[in-house]
Amino acid sequence: MMKRAKALFLGLLRPSSLLLAGSVSAESVTRQLNMPRGVTEVSQAAYDIHMIMIWICTVIGVLVLGFMFYVMFAHRKSKGVTAANFHENLVVEVLWTVIPALILIVMAVPATTALLKVYDTENPDIDIKVTGYQWKWQYEYIGEGVKFMSELRTSQDEIYGRAPKGEHYLREVTQPLVIPTNKKVRFLITGNDVIHSWWVPDFGVKRDAVPGLFTAAWTKTDQPGTYVGECTELCGLGHAFMPVVVEVKEEAEYEAWLAGKKEEAAIYASTIGKQWTFDELMVKGEQVYGRSCAGCHQVNGEGITGVFPALKDSPIALGPAEGHIAILIDGVAGSAMQSFAEQLSEVEIAAVVHYERNAWGNDVGDIVQPINVLNFKQSQ
Amino acid sequence: MAHGPSQNFFSRWLFSTNHKDIGTLYLWFSFAMFLLGGFFAMVIRAELFQPGMQLIKPEFFVQMTTMHGLVMVFGAIMPAFVGLANWMIPMMIGAPDMALPRMNNLSFWILPFAFTILTSTLFMEGGGPNFGWTFYAPLSTTYAPDTVNYFIFGVHMMGASSIMGSINIIATVMNMRAPGMTYMKMPLFVWTWVITAFLLVAVMPVLAGAVTMMLMDINFGTSFFDAAGGGDPVLFQHVFWFFGHPEVYIIILPAFGVVSQIIPTFSRKPLFGYSSMVYATASIAFLSFIVWAHHMFTVGMPIAGELYFMYATMLIAVPTGVKVFNWITTMYKGALTFETPMLFSIAFVILFTFGGFTGMMLSIAAADTQYHDTYFVVAHFHYVMVAGAVFSGTAAVYYWLPKWCGRMYDETMGKVQFWIAFIAFNITFMPQHFLGLAGMPRRYSDYGLQFTDWNMVSSIGAFLYGGAQLLFLYNVIRTIGWGKPIDDPQVWEGAEGLEWTVPTPAPFHTFSTPPVVK
Ligand code: HEM
Ligand SMILES: [Cu+2]
Repeated sequence: MMKRAKALFLGLLRPSSLLLAGSVSAESVTRQLNMPRGVTEVSQAAYDIHMIMIWICTVIGVLVLGFMFYVMFAHRKSKGVTAANFHENLVVEVLWTVIPALILIVMAVPATTALLKVYDTENPDIDIKVTGYQWKWQYEYIGEGVKFMSELRTSQDEIYGRAPKGEHYLREVTQPLVIPTNKKVRFLITGNDVIHSWWVPDFGVKRDAVPGLFTAAWTKTDQPGTYVGECTELCGLGHAFMPVVVEVKEEAEYEAWLAGKKEEAAIYASTIGKQWTFDELMVKGEQVYGRSCAGCHQVNGEGITGVFPALKDSPIALGPAEGHIAILIDGVAGSAMQSFAEQLSEVEIAAVVHYERNAWGNDVGDIVQPINVLNFKQSQ
Repeated sequence: MAHGPSQNFFSRWLFSTNHKDIGTLYLWFSFAMFLLGGFFAMVIRAELFQPGMQLIKPEFFVQMTTMHGLVMVFGAIMPAFVGLANWMIPMMIGAPDMALPRMNNLSFWILPFAFTILTSTLFMEGGGPNFGWTFYAPLSTTYAPDTVNYFIFGVHMMGASSIMGSINIIATVMNMRAPGMTYMKMPLFVWTWVITAFLLVAVMPVLAGAVTMMLMDINFGTSFFDAAGGGDPVLFQHVFWFFGHPEVYIIILPAFGVVSQIIPTFSRKPLFGYSSMVYATASIAFLSFIVWAHHMFTVGMPIAGELYFMYATMLIAVPTGVKVFNWITTMYKGALTFETPMLFSIAFVILFTFGGFTGMMLSIAAADTQYHDTYFVVAHFHYVMVAGAVFSGTAAVYYWLPKWCGRMYDETMGKVQFWIAFIAFNITFMPQHFLGLAGMPRRYSDYGLQFTDWNMVSSIGAFLYGGAQLLFLYNVIRTIGWGKPIDDPQVWEGAEGLEWTVPTPAPFHTFSTPPVVK
């Protein structure tokens, strides 16, 4: 880090090198100063109007502030000038009210057409429901029976500096959203707990994910690739840790991927009946815990006093399994403890419950099987 | 009748009903809050110096961003201008004091309690407010720590203080102008403040309504903002921004006023377009009520609403432009000198114009889809609020301090502070435009490696900027204690107005008999 700081500092002394040459890693992205043009009609419309605005502002700025600098040099007292005494001039005052108003009217035209594009969500080829959770995204391919969570893959160790940061630090997820090229994809966006906002700069899509409300956005691109975005509405302490990653694949590849996903779902359904061993569940449970629970209840299960209760030695974790499962399925109304029934599979719920009952010195010793979770769900 | 301040320290400051003493209290309080809010900002910038979580945890980080915003907006900027209003409005309109001196005392003394309550939540179980200064529900209701109740109480208190302060200003200006001081002769600082006071009286109750609804949702089982109970989280944002957008003009209008006093003085030429300045201020105030949802372009409003709010927001550029043109034309053919207050005012014009440009860009809804909630917005509002309100507040202190205490500040030190502040400000906030455009969202406790460089630059600038404030503090204390004594009522060669007719330092009571304005 010190080296980087030094390079940067030296760069600062030579401003042009900071802007043009890349002295440290990740050049192209690091040096980015402007909005990306992106790969969709919408993002390009946004970019174009952004550039129009920059140029208009630059021209006005140079004229107005240029005049001001001229005044500052020409009309200083030290040059022996005496001050004039005028303080009104109807003509210029009318002009500098009317001319900006005209410029605005002209600008309103491209601004309107660009916005109409953003709102053109009719007639999609594919509908994907996007749900914001604290702190991950769920994608559901409507009508396909495919649904999964997309969570940050960067490890806590990288975040807390106990391990070197990878190249894709905070820009990697467990499962990216996958969409095909040349199809109009509509996103139906909502929130599960608090408000999030789903943003992919290269698509020009940013929409708030508001609980209780569905909003629509759309995208269509002919350029395959991986596009990274972020959550852009403050959603609690994990706000910076729920990136959006979208993979755009050629159509055939996409179809193959989707078929694979459907098959996976079918296989998964069949594992519910399987009897898991104590250790298998511990391993699986620890993974699930790390992703879904540790954000609040902490890796050591001790929670944060006054905000998130400890699970270590908690009466619920040590009590009957039923009650423990119930909390995960139903959540706790009016608190940050949400329902995980939709977010986690039966296997994952079983594993994490099992883990919580048998980790950090909790030693209930029983085994919670996926089938128990399924039975509980069905009994409700 | 004339008598001086109480000799007892406590009764002088605690029970004061003198507009000058209360003005002083407001100013010192606001500076203390400025340092506190600045300290929070330093914590934020230190953590963001490089990627990864180094110094603090994400949960504390969001408390820091929230508290920074709240303390700066409600604790530093707003009270600073109320302090200036207290000191200057009676002296500018030839009144002996504020119209309601006891209420004046109360409206000040509420503030330290409000902010003690607010800040103390940081040390409570569950931590301080962690939902941003815009406190969107349901993050601030269902998902908030229990301390949110203290936050709500604190906001109510600040609101009460602001409303009382505003009523006082309105009453003073309406009733206590010296004979001959017609409305269209009032100094622009007075004008901008009256208009601001009306804005405050109009929107503080809306803020109070918003937090009261939160209080009900949290404690009494209502569901104003809870979708599960049939409420609507978006309603919160409409209510908040109906307050929040006028609020940003509450912050900037008095700053316009200050600059409109200073630029003519150091140009030795009357303000150009006085009446158009008044009308422009009034139209900005009016427009500020009808543009609020430009903060919500990504929330999924119907397109008709989106278009309306876009057009209405673009309109603000017209009266804002008029102001800038007027300031520059005031300087045109003047005899300019560049003392510290003038330097800050000129920087204000340049940087505020820059912030106005980014405001124009943000008003274009389709482009705002990309800008919204990124560092681009952070950069925008720091250009208008720091280079706008804070620079003009600093200019005001340098400009009027000699009148207040009869001692001259150190000009060289003032200029040094100006240049550090000006350069450091731009090092801090210019790169934030790039960060935002390149995709870095705001309120992020950590970021991808591609954002590292500009964040480092920004942090270095921020520390420098913080340092410049300490120099300012030192300069002010040195002036009050050991500055070169002066007794010319005029102080500045080109200064016009009643405040420059009273002796220097301004006596405890001024205009016990009203002056006559021709
Ligand atoms: C020409 C004048 C201006 C225009 C057109 C303008 C426009 C905007 C727009 C459209 C936004 C929303 C951006 C977003 O969240 O995506 C915004 C944000 C903001 N503006 Fe301005 N603005 C102007 C001047 C000002 C002034 C004078 C101030 C205050 C002194 C100000 C303070 C703010 C603040 C505080 C925010 C961010 C609020 C938040 O989300 O925390 N703006 N502005
Ligand atoms: Cu606004």
